[in-house]
Amino acid sequence: MCAVAKRQLLSPEEIGRTLHRLAHEIVEKSGGTGNLAFVGIRRRGVPLAQRLAGIIRESARADVPVGTVDITLYRDDLSTVGPQPVLHSTEIDFTVDERDLVVVDDVLYTGRTVRAAMNALFDLGRPKRVRLCVLVDRGHRELPIEAAFVGRVVETSDTETVEVHLREVDGEECVMLVSRIP
Amino acid sequence: MLLIKNGRVLDPASQTDAIRDVLLDAGRIVNMGENLSAPAAETLDARGQIVAPGFIDLHCHLREPGQELSETIETGTRAAARGGFTAVCCMPNTSPVNDNASVTRGIIERAAAAGSVRVWPIGAASLGSKGEALAEIAAMKEAGIVAVSDDGRPVATARLMRQVMEYCGALGLPVIDHCEDASLFAGGAMREGVQSLRLGLPGIPTQSETICASRDVEIAEMTAGHLHIAHMSARGTLDLVRRARQRGLRVTCEVTPHHFTLTDEDVRYDARYKMNPPLASRSDRDALIAGLADGSVDAIATDHAPHHPASKDVEFDRAPFGITGFETALALGLTELVHPGKLSLMRLVELFTTGPARVLGIERKIAPGEPADLTLFAPDHRWTFRAAESASKSRNTPFDGREFRGAPVAAIVAGRIVFRR
Amino acid sequence: MLLRLPHLLGVEGLTREQIAFILDQAKPFQEFQRHPLKKLATLRGKTVAIAFFESSTRTRISFTTAASRLGADTMALQAEASSLSKGESLLDTVRTLEAMRPDGIVIRHKSSGAPAFVAERLEIPVLNAGDGMHEHPTQALLDALTIRDRKGHLEGWNLTILGDIFHSRVARSNIHLLSKFGARITLCGPPMWVPRELEALAPGVRCTSCIEDALANADIVMVLRVQTERLHEPALAPGDYILRYQLNEKRLRLARPDALVLHPGPMIRGLEIDPAVADGPQSAVLEQVTNGLAVRMALLYHLVGSASADAPHPAKDRSNASD
Repeated sequence: MCAVAKRQLLSPEEIGRTLHRLAHEIVEKSGGTGNLAFVGIRRRGVPLAQRLAGIIRESARADVPVGTVDITLYRDDLSTVGPQPVLHSTEIDFTVDERDLVVVDDVLYTGRTVRAAMNALFDLGRPKRVRLCVLVDRGHRELPIEAAFVGRVVETSDTETVEVHLREVDGEECVMLVSRIP
Repeated sequence: MLLIKNGRVLDPASQTDAIRDVLLDAGRIVNMGENLSAPAAETLDARGQIVAPGFIDLHCHLREPGQELSETIETGTRAAARGGFTAVCCMPNTSPVNDNASVTRGIIERAAAAGSVRVWPIGAASLGSKGEALAEIAAMKEAGIVAVSDDGRPVATARLMRQVMEYCGALGLPVIDHCEDASLFAGGAMREGVQSLRLGLPGIPTQSETICASRDVEIAEMTAGHLHIAHMSARGTLDLVRRARQRGLRVTCEVTPHHFTLTDEDVRYDARYKMNPPLASRSDRDALIAGLADGSVDAIATDHAPHHPASKDVEFDRAPFGITGFETALALGLTELVHPGKLSLMRLVELFTTGPARVLGIERKIAPGEPADLTLFAPDHRWTFRAAESASKSRNTPFDGREFRGAPVAAIVAGRIVFRR
Repeated sequence: MLLRLPHLLGVEGLTREQIAFILDQAKPFQEFQRHPLKKLATLRGKTVAIAFFESSTRTRISFTTAASRLGADTMALQAEASSLSKGESLLDTVRTLEAMRPDGIVIRHKSSGAPAFVAERLEIPVLNAGDGMHEHPTQALLDALTIRDRKGHLEGWNLTILGDIFHSRVARSNIHLLSKFGARITLCGPPMWVPRELEALAPGVRCTSCIEDALANADIVMVLRVQTERLHEPALAPGDYILRYQLNEKRLRLARPDALVLHPGPMIRGLEIDPAVADGPQSAVLEQVTNGLAVRMALLYHLVGSASADAPHPAKDRSNASD
């Protein structure tokens, strides 16, 4: 048994403000929304991408298409023993070719999930540019991957995890830092 | 001298069912009574056990000569003894086929050398069991055969069956037929029915047996011969036997332990469930049990058919037919028939002793002067059969690991204990 | 849920939930077939033995392509080229294959139960690609996927299967599968090919030899291939079959107007099916082929993907066995 300590990193209001800031940054740094598209990584990247698109729709009166990508088939840790993880659909209704893509996820950690997502996207075509947007960057990268848009940088240790809870998935809204004390 | 003390003697011939001592000497039964004493004799305490006349198996395959990879007379007779048998009738489908007196004599000599249970060979009806010319039946009778059969297949044609029945009728030999219609049987692997459809295995309709049995009964009526139907598996065949007897014909039949125990619903993709005739429907199985109980069936015969493991460890439809049976026959009879109340103990003993003896035209009883062939068994002993511990060279039985109530305890042949648990 | 299935030996032993799960898992692979780049690395480093002891083109190509698109390597064994013709037993052949350390084996065999026989003796997942007259589970699963896509769901359809039901493993697997979803199943063909005992195979099955009766109210019509080699066992004149049992436009009008027509292929146009029906709007025969790839990819992903040649396999845990 080990004790679990939780500390709130972001409140619901802070999550909302952070997303607004990220949406504005994305529009600003993209020189408009004309060629832009969001791709949310299942699961919590998907509602985040939809919220970003919603904010842009309201503030910039522009429709940015949103797709979702399931990275299960592209994971690099599948050859371990045990039942295989359940697959979900990748739903991208727009052409990826020549698109300015922003991949959206909740937490950036080792970078392996993003690597898998990029492999999945490149199987669909050849984007003009791919940038990454995350709500939390907790460090400990194992691959040369960085996010262009970061909501909050958090210093964490190996024994800690960052839990993101979103209304659409979890029925509640917050970002927690969870420490397991052996 | 051997004195068997305090056993419950069950003798169907005299309908004896009493605690008695039995004294054996010089290969014969010399006395039976209460509180016998014979200070010079070896004593065998049979308290709580049944003492029955020696069991006879009318139908087995010892595979020698020619198929010694699967079984030899030595291993087969040892397995028979462990099953409580004191005499076994071996089918002629060896290599070469037992269709002449020298093969018959060879089998009898090998059996004598093995020194276990008695082996009574069955001669082929036709040369090479090919269904063309008659085998040397009279010469084989001189050499010691007790019946004729082309087992493994039926006597090929009605015309040949007529000749064999006429000839053997005169010689006093029963003709044992493996009843099967070749065109209905063709390519089949199990009994035709819902289970064969489910498993997608080619089916053998029950009529494959009844059509041939019907032919044989008609021929029995044309001749004075004695027809014995081997390993009967179908209700329809039993009905034919009953009607034939009502007509006064000399028709007898046997049922195997697996046919009164299992049904086609038990068949899985496991060649240990593949035998010929195949496991039948529940209604056939129940009819056979009724026939065993009411006297319509004359004998329980094992159809012990050993096959070496490699030949059975193949796709179901490619596997040879047959399962081993000596060491489980009595235990199945007790567990499946007597203990559930479907058969009396006396009737079960009859089906292993006086029943098969009558088919062969001999007597079987426990009385002074009779050969000292006795089977002892413990009717309530609980045990688990392990094919790996069998004396047979082969392991092809669906009863591996099965729990039984009732077990053979000793087999005594000519006053000598050839098996003792 | 997770698919705890050591082998795929047949549909009969699968639960509704397992079937629905497999179909759900095929969905991402249906989309995948439309990708410009059809190559994954998911099963990279895995090897799938494709052991076909009976000749087949489409099922073999479908499994090989499915494995390849998942990134697995395949080793192929074909009956005519193998040592089977030299008298080697099935067990020795598959043990030899196993010694080359594949991570799964796909078996097609003319003997019913051969995959089950192999599964009991090897420690790698076994996928049945059709065994004798027993089952062809991936065919039934791809048919179910096609039905679910075209008709929206799997529940309670009136299914009619036409042809030689007796010899058909496709029919058996489909009967088991759709019966679990409450289908009313009518089997129709010449009487010697449609034994009455089939009605006891699964709930909701009835047999008839009258095609007009069989087609009335059908939601799905599955046409089986008339195996020309079997027309002779018993001898049945092709002309008689066409007269009594060919699915043509006139007969198809007896079914529901939106009835779906399926055929496992290969079709013999003009014998069991009229070309106008085969190519008509109600036919889904080409979707079946594409869906076959998706279903097989999903099964390989879940069965072969979870196995490791050097680690325990769920097949060793007999309590999980569904067949």
